[in-house]
Amino acid sequence: MEFGLSQDQLLLDDSVRKFLASEVPLDKVRQLAAGEVNDASFWQGLADMGLAGLIIPEAHGGADLGMLDAVAIAEALGYAACPGPFLSTAIMSAYLLNQAGATDPLARMATGEYRVGVAFGDVIGSRKGQVTEINSALSGQSLFALDADADAYLVALSDGRVFMIEASEVGRSILSTIDVTQSVCELSFDQSPACLVSSNPELVWQTIYRGRVIQAADTLGAAQYMLDQAVAYSLDRKQFNRVIGSFQAVKHMCAEMASQLEPCRAFAWYAGHAFDESTDDAALTACHAKAHLAEVGQFVAKTSTEVHGGMGFTDLVGLHYWFKRIGFNRQLLGSPEAVRHEAAQLSDL
Amino acid sequence: MDLSYGSEYDAFREEVKSFVRSNKHKQPQLGDGIKSQAMRDWQRLLIEHGYHSRTIAREYGGYGAEPDIIKSRIIAEEFGAERVHRGFNGQGVTMLTPVLLEMGTEEQKKAFVEPTIKAEMIWCQGYSEPGAGSDLASLTTKAELDGEEWVINGQKIWTSTAHHADWIFCLVRTEADAPKHLGISFLLFRMDTPGIEIRPLVDMTGDANFNEVFFTDVRVPKHQIVGQRGQGWQVANAILGHERGSLATPDAAMNRLNGVKRLMREESINGEPVMSNAVFRDRLMKLEGRALAMQYNDMRLLSAKINKNQNVRLAGMIVKLIGTELRHEIECLGIDVMGEIGLSYGNNPHKRGHGSWQYQYMFYLGLIIGGGTSQIQKNIISERGLGMPKEPKIPSKTAVPKTAAREA
Repeated sequence: MEFGLSQDQLLLDDSVRKFLASEVPLDKVRQLAAGEVNDASFWQGLADMGLAGLIIPEAHGGADLGMLDAVAIAEALGYAACPGPFLSTAIMSAYLLNQAGATDPLARMATGEYRVGVAFGDVIGSRKGQVTEINSALSGQSLFALDADADAYLVALSDGRVFMIEASEVGRSILSTIDVTQSVCELSFDQSPACLVSSNPELVWQTIYRGRVIQAADTLGAAQYMLDQAVAYSLDRKQFNRVIGSFQAVKHMCAEMASQLEPCRAFAWYAGHAFDESTDDAALTACHAKAHLAEVGQFVAKTSTEVHGGMGFTDLVGLHYWFKRIGFNRQLLGSPEAVRHEAAQLSDL
Repeated sequence: MDLSYGSEYDAFREEVKSFVRSNKHKQPQLGDGIKSQAMRDWQRLLIEHGYHSRTIAREYGGYGAEPDIIKSRIIAEEFGAERVHRGFNGQGVTMLTPVLLEMGTEEQKKAFVEPTIKAEMIWCQGYSEPGAGSDLASLTTKAELDGEEWVINGQKIWTSTAHHADWIFCLVRTEADAPKHLGISFLLFRMDTPGIEIRPLVDMTGDANFNEVFFTDVRVPKHQIVGQRGQGWQVANAILGHERGSLATPDAAMNRLNGVKRLMREESINGEPVMSNAVFRDRLMKLEGRALAMQYNDMRLLSAKINKNQNVRLAGMIVKLIGTELRHEIECLGIDVMGEIGLSYGNNPHKRGHGSWQYQYMFYLGLIIGGGTSQIQKNIISERGLGMPKEPKIPSKTAVPKTAAREA
């Protein structure tokens, strides 16, 4: 019995964290926010480490690793608030294309040169409009498609069929959100030629569940960063001739964050492992992990900001990038209430 | 990640299963007290088969097996699955026995361990005092040596099972001039010693789960001390750590949550099952997510115990705080699901689950406070888990500066 990361997983985690610490400092995130760099510069570095092809089979140039590996990496990426389409192209699209047998793009995805975004709004819960299909041509619009710089998109229709369409065939406008580190866009289709990839609605859901686990792990990492920053700040900042971390009020805020967050680590690991072992509770666990981390993440994001006092509210310490990343993960691929509703349905309640 | 216990344990699991199946009719029934023959017979049977006191040496009355965390877990799982009595686990068994085995003299081990684990000798714990709760080390119950005897005077509180207990393990101040943590000793004495008075302490549940115990010139043989004079605090801390985690197991939380699910299917509002009410269902799912997080945290702790390759200090420290609060909220949902019926208590014929929802709701508030309050847990987590400083001490003999008093 061994519940935890293996030696290999710890080594991978360690090398990714070292890379992120040196190559993705806060200053580079600020440059992205200012529009001075785009996320391609981040993504190529991650792809060179093998993260773009993480779950892609070796035959297509990937590392053929599993969801628990991906969970460990997502936690590290969240900790660094690292930009780039890990969730969309490296996990969701890579998984769906491979399962659907549409393996042609995988080799170029594994090198990082080709990015496939996901537009699953019609399945998860469309707030506006729907995409329709006639003779392999798509019409309508899809909001909040993941990855505004993708080379192609997987578009899921409300009946669960999935089409792949080249970015050059769609109208695309970047949607500005609170979070600059994860990009989304609005896609509009006008009899745009697309290619049917899957007619299996279950595959779309299996893809969404995996995405949710990655988001949960990403939020775990981002929240851990915010907790670490809060503790460090509280041991540095002095008021009334004492570090504020010696006041019980502040200590208890930090203890509450740690107490809620620490069990989430085991939860995220199990959620990844459940897919690697195809356990019966994998889908349910994914929904619970996503919803639970959304709630814990929100609590940590608010509380850590408060520990920082006025500084937490400013741009100077940059804490808000993590606050917003946690907020982004909370809504994308299903808000907590929506996901818990699904969890209840999966349990036949 | 490998969550199987390994095929070498399959035979052991089968063995436990078959024991449980063929012996469960012998377990103590509701109403059999802790001093009943049924309890003692069951306890003896469990020890004989290695399902209780498994790793305690045979010479002290145990089963004498090598420690095997997985086997212990399998026993817990199989007894739990059939809801079969795990045997008597009073404070003597869970808290005193490990201490005696660790720090007791050979004589003490021989005299106390066997009757204790066989439920023939019932113990109570004398730690807390009216003036020494969270600040336990400030306890003032005094023991003074008079020839070959300690003479004890003072008062204990929150003493569960004192009215059933044959013996007490008790913290007393023996070194009046030593710093507070170094002046305490750990004594063992009979509860029928002259000078002991027990008063039941009725709590909000309506039961007397605890007692107050008063000592007036209670004379105890000098050698009935565990460890050296002044070492009592170390002894007590070793077992308090043991107490905290066991107050809120994730398996029990999950069982109660499944109980709430059953209630939500059975109870209805204007003919609609509560389960189809979206608000109640969302509360249920929220709690299930929290309970799952604790369940996997527990598996991580188990793995760390077996493989000794993970730092899980923080993961272990948070269990009492989060587990008791979670359990309190699960019980609360059970009550809310029933609405006004949820108020039923005592002999109300409409009550559900023998009135356990209200009872546990109140009882778990007690556990949030007992065994180290939630606030004390947060101090421990922030100081030992996150490396934050202790509250600065206010100098006791000089005047307290106004500003310091305001901040505190």
